[in-house]
Amino acid sequence: MNYFEYKMHEIIDLLEKKEVSAKEVTASIYQRIEDKDPDVQAYLTLNKDKALQKAMEIDEKRAKNEAVGKLAGIPMALKDNMSTMDLLTTCSSEMLYNYLPPYDATVVKKLNDADAVLLGKLNMDEFAMGSSTETSAFKKTRNPFNLDYVPGGSSGGSAAAVAADEAFFTLGSDTGGSIRQPAAYCGVVGMKPTYGAISRYGLIAFASSLDQIGPFTKDVTDCALVMNAITGHDGNDSTSANVEYPDYTKALVNDVKGLRIGIPKEYFGEGVSQGVRDNINDAIKKLEELGAEVGECSMPNTDYAMPAYYIIATAECSSNLSRYDGVRYGLRSEENSLMEMFCKTRNKGFGSEVKSRIMLGTYALSAGYYDAYYLKALKVRNLVKKDFDQAFKQFDLLLTPTAPGTSFKFGEISDPISMYLLDVCTIPVNLAGLPGMSIPYGTSEGMPVGLQLIGKPFDESTLLRVAYTLEKNTDKTILKAGFKGGAE
Amino acid sequence: MKIELKDVEYVANLARLELSEPEKEEQLEKLNRILDYMEILAKVDTKDTAPLAHVLPIHNVLRKDEVHQTLETEKTLQNAPEESQGMFRVPKIV
Amino acid sequence: MNYEVVIGLEVHVELKTNTKIFCSCPNEFGMAPNTNVCPRCLGLPGTLPVLNEKALEYAVLAGLALNCDIAEFSKFDRKNYFYPDLTKAYQISQFDLPVCEHGYLDIETDGKSKRVGVTRIHLEEDAGKLVHEGDTISLSNASLVDYNRAGVPLIEIVSEPDMRSADEARAYLEKLKAYIEYTGVSDVKMEQGSLRCDANVSIRPFGQEEFGTRAEVKNLNSFKAVQKAIEYEVERQIELIEDGGRVVQETRTWDDNQGMTFSLRGKEEANDYRYFPDPDLTPLIISKDYVEALRNTLPELPDVKKERIINDFGLQEYDAGVITSSRGLALFFDKTVELYNEPKKVCNWLMVEFCRLLNTESTEIEDSLVSPENLAQLLRLVEEGAISGKIAKTVFEDMFHTGKDPESIVKEKGLVQISDEGALDSIIDQVIAQNPKSVEDFKSGKKQAIGFLVGQIMKETKGQANPGLVNKMLTEKMS
Repeated sequence: MNYFEYKMHEIIDLLEKKEVSAKEVTASIYQRIEDKDPDVQAYLTLNKDKALQKAMEIDEKRAKNEAVGKLAGIPMALKDNMSTMDLLTTCSSEMLYNYLPPYDATVVKKLNDADAVLLGKLNMDEFAMGSSTETSAFKKTRNPFNLDYVPGGSSGGSAAAVAADEAFFTLGSDTGGSIRQPAAYCGVVGMKPTYGAISRYGLIAFASSLDQIGPFTKDVTDCALVMNAITGHDGNDSTSANVEYPDYTKALVNDVKGLRIGIPKEYFGEGVSQGVRDNINDAIKKLEELGAEVGECSMPNTDYAMPAYYIIATAECSSNLSRYDGVRYGLRSEENSLMEMFCKTRNKGFGSEVKSRIMLGTYALSAGYYDAYYLKALKVRNLVKKDFDQAFKQFDLLLTPTAPGTSFKFGEISDPISMYLLDVCTIPVNLAGLPGMSIPYGTSEGMPVGLQLIGKPFDESTLLRVAYTLEKNTDKTILKAGFKGGAE
Repeated sequence: MKIELKDVEYVANLARLELSEPEKEEQLEKLNRILDYMEILAKVDTKDTAPLAHVLPIHNVLRKDEVHQTLETEKTLQNAPEESQGMFRVPKIV
Repeated sequence: MNYEVVIGLEVHVELKTNTKIFCSCPNEFGMAPNTNVCPRCLGLPGTLPVLNEKALEYAVLAGLALNCDIAEFSKFDRKNYFYPDLTKAYQISQFDLPVCEHGYLDIETDGKSKRVGVTRIHLEEDAGKLVHEGDTISLSNASLVDYNRAGVPLIEIVSEPDMRSADEARAYLEKLKAYIEYTGVSDVKMEQGSLRCDANVSIRPFGQEEFGTRAEVKNLNSFKAVQKAIEYEVERQIELIEDGGRVVQETRTWDDNQGMTFSLRGKEEANDYRYFPDPDLTPLIISKDYVEALRNTLPELPDVKKERIINDFGLQEYDAGVITSSRGLALFFDKTVELYNEPKKVCNWLMVEFCRLLNTESTEIEDSLVSPENLAQLLRLVEEGAISGKIAKTVFEDMFHTGKDPESIVKEKGLVQISDEGALDSIIDQVIAQNPKSVEDFKSGKKQAIGFLVGQIMKETKGQANPGLVNKMLTEKMS
């Protein structure tokens, strides 16, 4: 049986009815990986022996009618910036090519407690810096819709693996759009929850005040199920929010009547392609038909979000990435003096994009420039947040494109600003710490278009509700990857 | 405001990156391209705006002063590029 | 020309919490290398800090003891620099919003009192320890790093540049140590590194308002080192200026063996630490209630205690100062006086005999085997005439080394004072007979000659004779 084609919640049903074993499901996914990953290149490391063992343990428990977790026997995979005990965790960087963490990230523990089965670790932009997964030191992940195209980034491996049915769900991390943009490019569902809703403990930091973990799934129901497993307060993370977390499956309601949806006009500027524009407008029309109240609004500071973001993110990253100094773990360049060891290790270990960002961030924090760059950026961040506060007085959620365009070919974008502009629609959401979700909505020239829903803090439920309603009322949200191209 | 090669060198030293000459040129060009773009921030009036470092209104996150398990020495040193006598070894400092 | 010396001190104090500041590893001294570590204090990728509530409490207590204002809003910042002992290549510290500010301490030197400002007290994490292979840092090929100390909570107490001599600096540091010790937030042991001091030293011509260029002197591992290093540094700077040179702003290290400071120039980077708010830690909002609740737990502090001892017990200013200079001594004094209400006698014993033994044996009063109960008993034995003052000193030494109570020692060693006239009668007669010259001298009016005779009798009785009784009997017999 081709179990890999199923949605996660369908497999959960089959497993609960004991119509299939976790071992069979897991083996089927590994077979799929063997078949497709040579083309897609989503995985960096496989965890096959342990995964099959875990699957068998779950089957045994089930056979004995013992209690199992909510995601028991579901094969899944993680972006390679989440710390997994005794399993390579590289951030797709030479710097950590051999790093075996001695501890599990909180999300890893939670998924383990839910009895999910860890298949392996997924490719990404180096230290999550990039928008196409092209900055990975190890491999280029390809878009399952067309292998000549990028999967987006930085969680490109996580998005591609779900799109290629190489996992039932994956986790990624989103600092400026790194879940939502690849989800859009690969035609899958991606959720960046509210900052603080999922523990960052064990997530290898890019920019601590912006980073957030979230799921990639095949549909909205699966997204709600995974959210139930991974959200929650964690005493190991000071920025984890100690609030009531809802049962997200309760939000899976086919009804948007009376919901007020705001359309911020700044997100529909000239950079947005016609194909994207047409699809998003179609979705808006659909929601109106279904009884939502749609209105336009203005968020005047949107244009300033991207430059402010790059200052804040790079400033934090310059400090977060200082610990890679060759002393305790990872790469070391053997030199005669400490200073040389530091400088050569770091120069060899980091790729060009990471170095640029460290340089920019170091510059923005250095003596004499702090006020003009870093402090200014924090103030602009406040203005961006205030735009959202204002909009949410009027609306229950906002709807925008996830990205101005669809995926592009490898090497097509080399100018840094053009690359950074791919994230203009997603960055403001991180600056304000809000939940943002991307769902597929139609295609443009054969490549998936992403629709972004932005909610109030900790109101992921409303996003799930709207996404679920669209899923139930159109055929545009479930897309099938065709593995075109790749004839090189 | 354009930065110069000496700024690149100053920053690279602070960040402990030994850039080759071509890399310095490449970084100089890239940084100037980005910093140019950042100029638009100067247009934003932030006179009456407070900086926002933490997006959530969380404060006073404290833990109890209770001892938890430490790491086994073997785990502590398992990734060490070089170790000696239970410690991490580094090349001479001066 | 005459120069005025300007000194400010930066003092680091390790807080005596159970666990480290941002992780739950034990805060212990003297463990095998890299055994008190976890992913957090090792700075492993993905780990995050969570503040120890006791560390904050202790910092506030220290601030209250030093008369500081406690911030209503405070936060943590990252200080970025590379060094192998720093696991994240940044130190979590506080930059512009420290927990405590605007405090002071009153010090006395040469009988004059002076107020030294405490600019600020901030919380931060300690770094690990480097061990150099080979004899010195410059001769070694490699260094080894132990991260047991990484993440131990520290407060840094920064003074105003208010001190004008090495004596004042020392007096401030001693007072500071006493104050912190009283609050119980630290062991403040310089030899174990739980109290560390850097001195900023500059000179300026008398009358000049503007400060001279300062040198920061590090590696001051004892009170004596602080004093000597400052004295040396002042001399060095005066000589430099007199010779037409000028002082450069730099970090210097004190070499205790050579008695000199050396420049660390070239070994340190330009100090561009790129401080910024740590996004991994949330701000602190410190309520008035919290502060007042802590204020109520503060013990009586040295200056107040000193006043009380002077007023209630009539002790001399100097004596009261010594007794209150250490928490252990002051507590010992209080407890002993409760049991034996002769404060001056107790004070005398503590300052002379006890302190002498503590010094020669390098023991802290807290670790001493002598209890206030036993000291009180000893003093009572003297008062009752059971033993002489001289014997009491011998007994005390025994108490100090064995921890036994004085009565058992006196019994065991048969040291009970001889106050029986009958027992002394024949010995006194014998001494009189053997020393006719002294007897003659006494009779001819040289009253001091009796001293020699008393001494002989004490010798015969191994010090056990009651000296008052001996005196009385001798005088009677010779008149």
